[in-house]
Amino acid sequence: MFNKSRNATALEKSGPVEEFEGRSLWHDARIRLFRNKAAVGSMIILAIIALMAIFAPMLSPFEYDEIDWGYIQEGPNWENGHIFGTDGNGRDLFIRILYGARVSLAVGLLATAVSLVIGVTYGAIAGYFGGRIDNIMMRFVDVMYSLPFMFFVIMLMVVFGRNIFLIFVALGAVEWLTMARIVRGQTLSIRRREFIEAAHATGVSSFKIIFRHVIPNVLGPVIVYMTLTIPQVILTESFLSFLGLGVQEPLTSWGVLISEGAKVIEASTWMLVYPAIFLALTLFCFNFIGDGLRDALDPKDR
Amino acid sequence: MNAIPETPLLSVRDLRVHFSLPGKGLFGKPRTLKAVDGVDFDLFPGETLGIVGESGCGKSTLGRAILQLIPPTAGQVVWLGKDIVGTRDRDLQPLRRDLQIIFQDPLASLNPRMTIGEIIAEPLVTHKADLGKAEIRNRVKTMMARVGLLPQMINRYPHEFSGGQCQRIGIARAMILEPKLIVCDEPVSALDVSIQAQIVNLLQDLQRDFGLSMLFISHDLSVVRHICQRILVLYLGNVMELADRDTIYAAPKHPYTKALISAVPIPDPELERSKERIVLKGDLPSPINPPSGCVFRTRCPFAKEKCATDIPMIETLGPSHQVACHFHGRM
Ligand code: SF4
Repeated sequence: MFNKSRNATALEKSGPVEEFEGRSLWHDARIRLFRNKAAVGSMIILAIIALMAIFAPMLSPFEYDEIDWGYIQEGPNWENGHIFGTDGNGRDLFIRILYGARVSLAVGLLATAVSLVIGVTYGAIAGYFGGRIDNIMMRFVDVMYSLPFMFFVIMLMVVFGRNIFLIFVALGAVEWLTMARIVRGQTLSIRRREFIEAAHATGVSSFKIIFRHVIPNVLGPVIVYMTLTIPQVILTESFLSFLGLGVQEPLTSWGVLISEGAKVIEASTWMLVYPAIFLALTLFCFNFIGDGLRDALDPKDR
Repeated sequence: MNAIPETPLLSVRDLRVHFSLPGKGLFGKPRTLKAVDGVDFDLFPGETLGIVGESGCGKSTLGRAILQLIPPTAGQVVWLGKDIVGTRDRDLQPLRRDLQIIFQDPLASLNPRMTIGEIIAEPLVTHKADLGKAEIRNRVKTMMARVGLLPQMINRYPHEFSGGQCQRIGIARAMILEPKLIVCDEPVSALDVSIQAQIVNLLQDLQRDFGLSMLFISHDLSVVRHICQRILVLYLGNVMELADRDTIYAAPKHPYTKALISAVPIPDPELERSKERIVLKGDLPSPINPPSGCVFRTRCPFAKEKCATDIPMIETLGPSHQVACHFHGRM
């Protein structure tokens, strides 16, 4: 059975000398994602909305805080340029929706980014070290969880006054908790794997093991959860705005626009319908992308 | 192997690894699992020591405890004359360069998100970062060629390789720092038989060329016979017998060793039919609640009353033959 044939046979039939490019798991996932029509369509729609938000001033002759005294709370009208109509102060609704998109998307992305950085680091550290460190860190998360969110936000507003930055902080501070729990759970299962042990046996420091071996392997579920967090944050911001805790006039967000529209729903439906379409469309798109990512990153459990 | 140098590279003295488990029920007393319970042996430079036993006998735990991947509960691991048990992680770091491990599941031991170039380079990056990127890459390619992998594959990912190739990657990673000791934890038992032979031969070649010592953990006696000079038989975390390969196969003294060896098929059908077989009854007892006296007594065909009360001491029979059984001479 163990005859002394040389092992290096693979070398003898050496092919071309240039190095082959490997196909990483990310690469495979990307291919699977781009085969998913709903996800690709959603990405295109989101890109269009984002581009419109970025180049908003070029797309409309009006300013977002400019009052057009001739048309106060008028319906959509292509002739005078107010294609989505105007609001109760005579401001063009189209440009206000685009400026609202800036705020809503920025809140969504930034708060999610904040929660991502804190949650992933925190969860990976807790899960990797385990034991008492894990216990203390996760009990702190539990305590934070049990704080009533609205109370927390209102307290922040009272102490620091209203500004957009605070909304980021408040939302990020709440969203990272779930992220930390997800990452911790994933880390617990990853750290028993042999490649972590191999790194440990080689003498790689814990810090490097976490960032080189643990985090890249937990990113799959994290990315999926992230695409679901963005719409959640946008919704929460809308909710805060609806309660009057959101951004300050004349700046606006989709939540503010919807809440204004809801007040006059009988007289001027368009003030509710247009911002609501944008919000709903965005939420749908993020959810489709999240779905697509989940299938792409974890082909086993489809 | 005739002239074994006098000073051992590694001495393990009364090594114990106990895990405490939560008790049964809400108020149960915490229980202790004695995975390794007092193991002694020496390993000399350039030698391969086989550690055999059924799964669950604590052989993997023993290997990891020697490398300080699992903290031992008691005992000594003397590496190059210095006891390393209880050393802080930071102080172990320079020692780890000389102590490497190869795992049973080749794919699971490779980070799926890294290219194999990055995987094999990791020990170099950790211990010899001053070499520079180009030199590290060079050494990785040289080592890949040495273990029978095409160096052009350096940018590929583990999932693009077969099990045998993955094990070669694992070996390359373990070898890149030219360590003094490699713990091989069942390195071939997850592979096809035809590939097992290639990997075992590769390990032997490397051992000869680099003057490595190896601890070869396995349950497969035919593989162990092929590669090891001495063999240690472990049962429920206790040493049953330790002897030269030829001694242990020709004249095993411990009933457990006899049973293991008689279970290995002999290629010659004549001999196979005529050989005396010792079949073990029952299952491996739980290491949480091991039998009193001799741990093997619940399955030993020769067990007597004395076996239940007295723990058999390790007796030295020859220059390198030790056995732990009350009745080893009278069977
Ligand atoms: S001591 Fe007794 S029980 Fe243990 S192996 Fe020897 S004969 Fe069997």
